[in-house]
Amino acid sequence: MIKQEVYRSLGLSDKEYRNILKILKHKPTNTELAMFSVEWSEHCGYTRSRKWLRLLPKTGKYKTLIGEDSGGIILDGLAIIFKMESHNHPSQVEPKQGAATGVGGIIRDIFTAGARPIALLDSLRFGPLSQAYNKYLFTGVIDGIQFYGNCVGVPTVGGEIYFDKSYTGNCLVNAMCIGIAKKGKLVRARAFGKENSIMYVGSSTGRDGIGGCSILASHEFKEGEEKRPTVQIGDPFTEKCLIEATLEAINTGYVVGIKDMGAAGLTCCTSEMASAGNSGMDIELQAVPRREENMQPWELMMSESQERMLICVKKGKEDQIKKIFLKWDLNASIIGKVTNDELVTIRDNGKIVAQIKAHSLTQPPIYDMPYKKPRYLRELNKLKLNKILKPKDYNKVLLKLLAAPSITNKTWVYEQYDHMVGTNTVILPGSDAAVLRLKGTNKAIAATTDCNSRYCFLNPYRGAQIAVAEAARNLVCSGAHPAAVTDCLNFGNPEKPESFWQFKNCVEGIADACKFFNIAVVSGNVSFYNESPQSVINPTPTIGMIGIINDVNKACSQNFKQEGDVIILLGYCRDELGASEYLKEIYNLMKGNAPQLDLRLEQAVQRTALEAIEKGLVNSAHDCSEGGLAVALAECCISNKDNMIGAIIDNLNYDMRADALLFGESQSRIILSCSKDCVEKIRKIALEFKAPFCVIGKIGGRVLRILKAKEELIYLPLEKLFDEWNGSLKRKIEG
Amino acid sequence: MKFGVVVLPGSNCDQDCFYVIKDVLKKPVRYIWHKDTDVDGLNCVILPGGFSYGDYLRTGAIARFSPVMKSIAGFARKGGTVIGICNGFQILLEAGLLPGVMLRNKGLHFLCKYVYIKTENNQTRFTNFYNTGQILRIPVAHNEGNYYIDAAGLKELRDNNQIVFRYCSATGEISDQFNPNGALDNIAGIINKKGNVLGMMPHPERSSERELGSPDGYFVFKSIVEWLENR
Repeated sequence: MIKQEVYRSLGLSDKEYRNILKILKHKPTNTELAMFSVEWSEHCGYTRSRKWLRLLPKTGKYKTLIGEDSGGIILDGLAIIFKMESHNHPSQVEPKQGAATGVGGIIRDIFTAGARPIALLDSLRFGPLSQAYNKYLFTGVIDGIQFYGNCVGVPTVGGEIYFDKSYTGNCLVNAMCIGIAKKGKLVRARAFGKENSIMYVGSSTGRDGIGGCSILASHEFKEGEEKRPTVQIGDPFTEKCLIEATLEAINTGYVVGIKDMGAAGLTCCTSEMASAGNSGMDIELQAVPRREENMQPWELMMSESQERMLICVKKGKEDQIKKIFLKWDLNASIIGKVTNDELVTIRDNGKIVAQIKAHSLTQPPIYDMPYKKPRYLRELNKLKLNKILKPKDYNKVLLKLLAAPSITNKTWVYEQYDHMVGTNTVILPGSDAAVLRLKGTNKAIAATTDCNSRYCFLNPYRGAQIAVAEAARNLVCSGAHPAAVTDCLNFGNPEKPESFWQFKNCVEGIADACKFFNIAVVSGNVSFYNESPQSVINPTPTIGMIGIINDVNKACSQNFKQEGDVIILLGYCRDELGASEYLKEIYNLMKGNAPQLDLRLEQAVQRTALEAIEKGLVNSAHDCSEGGLAVALAECCISNKDNMIGAIIDNLNYDMRADALLFGESQSRIILSCSKDCVEKIRKIALEFKAPFCVIGKIGGRVLRILKAKEELIYLPLEKLFDEWNGSLKRKIEG
Repeated sequence: MKFGVVVLPGSNCDQDCFYVIKDVLKKPVRYIWHKDTDVDGLNCVILPGGFSYGDYLRTGAIARFSPVMKSIAGFARKGGTVIGICNGFQILLEAGLLPGVMLRNKGLHFLCKYVYIKTENNQTRFTNFYNTGQILRIPVAHNEGNYYIDAAGLKELRDNNQIVFRYCSATGEISDQFNPNGALDNIAGIINKKGNVLGMMPHPERSSERELGSPDGYFVFKSIVEWLENR
């Protein structure tokens, strides 16, 4: 007899339990109940988000591939597969292993599709470093990423790091992986073909991570909870061997389908592979390699031990596949076979311990969640600029912003990551987007992750649109055509209508912006319940975007290159300061509205910049984001330590507050630099696309000067800018 | 002439080395699986970077017991050309094919960045394309690159001109400030007494093409080819 507290402790509601009784037509066994609890959790089943996720476009200007666990695009004869996934809750509990296994999990989603992983990016968010626990989380997460990524041999080439008090109690770790494959060599996460074998490969199964997805990822943190046993432990060395063995196995042509045993382990793999292949599966648990004694069937089905996969192998070809895994000293054990009864049958020593229709596990009840605009927004969105005192010394403000944790130089972090292994990284971390060449072609891919969660908090719909627009802008600045998106949607408790309203609006914002740019969302992930007694996170729909550079030699970086070059601003500055880093850092205010966004203007600016870069007219390109024009210009001057160059900006003809001009975060602006003789050619391109164009200054000297009309607002030597920007993170961490 | 690139479980620069030999230098190359012992027909063996056996024990400490290492020791004894890069260097130390040990970086962090190294000895089969004193811009990526050897050992290295590369500034200044990992005497690469085995922490295969930011490492491989073809 199953007691109420049992199914409730597994995360199932009374109604869901009644539903299960109806499906099974008998009282569930422990194993069956465990299987439903994980498959019907938000983490696996997308029970609360699914309805809205349907809005996201699945097609775009590049041909898309949508798989079970990842997606991608086709470029000539290549498939570029990528996905981003959250590992927030585990990282909050145990930062090193949480982040490490997040990286491991996303890599497996890529190579199980048959693609060789070639790059990782991480979007990370923490509470302020002034709190000791946040510092512990930050250094622990960095340590986990370097521990796993470096060893497994996939370069970590980019990402972002933000700090905001809303992430105290709930850090965000969103890991993205990109892989490439020959077009015909991809595999799906499906099992089909009666009598084909089901093979278990990789590490053996232990009790680690039991209930990770249903319990840890699908509930908010409560006071004083001890959740460490639900975090998995990563083994990057085994994963490296798995990558090589799996790609070798797929290359034989004998692999029908393959899936990572990530969240919900064996349960997820058996039910989802069977369901995707419209098949059934008959599994014998005694054949599962294990590393602990006396494991119960339900424990085996729930374990989230890492570095394991399930493969559907063509009947008669088992030995060939086994040989490959044994060569790499990995387990490979036949644990069952494909059936055509559409049932997932789990046996222990022959005795059936669970038998469930695959589709009923993978088609959980979908909830239509109520949503409501939060009341507090009306007040927060009001911002009277004339109530804000103008600073006396703009130099001081600029230096303070350059040292702000979300803006400051992140070299201290990415030097701990191997960002060059694979010898594809053409533009190293620290520019607008990372660029990776595609060996054997003249092309390259650019990749970025973006989301300003302050914008999303104050205006979820527009904030999410800006995340898409900014990601595309970053890619354009590197010389790439924005191609496709993976999204990682991090929100609070969806059962709270205000949180769900944020979610719904963000999804709509992403969908509309992606449709406007004609780019598809090929993969993604939802992470709800990011709240704790300390805080609820700002809505954070992280956008991972990749773009295509048609000629790798035209790849562009952000830093000024040449004395005497002319500086151009595409787009224009508006008199706005809402939601800015400036208000937050200088006035401790999170107020106003997200910056205005006109998608047509955005597109005009991007098309102009891209065409100018592709024609070889541009020497540097950088977008204006947090900290506005002044911070962007400073970064152009100092971000290449070995070749810092000053600039004078003396043609800003705006009638507006000086602080809004310098630090306002108006969207759709790109700073270009070019040699004198290219200026007119770029002006013509801007005219053609109807993009605002203005020569605002020129490069040279050892000082950054910014004038508004005749008034000198900024006068700062490069060394001073560099010191503030470069040293602040290390000082905060190492003291 | 043929190159061999060793594949240990956990090697992760093996394919990068293979690519440079095959597609940049356009010379014949094959992989050597660590359980195999056949190095016949090879003129140069590359022990690539990575995390052999995960570096879960001391770096290189398990890899040195791989069956292939016995063959490589024999190959080196007979004068065969061996180059160990990063983890490959660490393995050569553990295997006793080069003197000294590796400690953790002085900063206690993994460190991946471009550094400068100075060519201290160009009279080797690995450096004949460089001038003595030539400064190379080349990346490092390691957690244990802090080379150490006792005073007597250091004296011997110096006396025999075995120190091939040292960390320096862009202008060639050698000091602690330009030492990324704390290596004794800023040592970045050494050869054995016979001069046929080189170990170096920086990655020449990551800096063999202009497209990647620096072509300076290319000439390590080019030197080997030159030496093999014209000896």
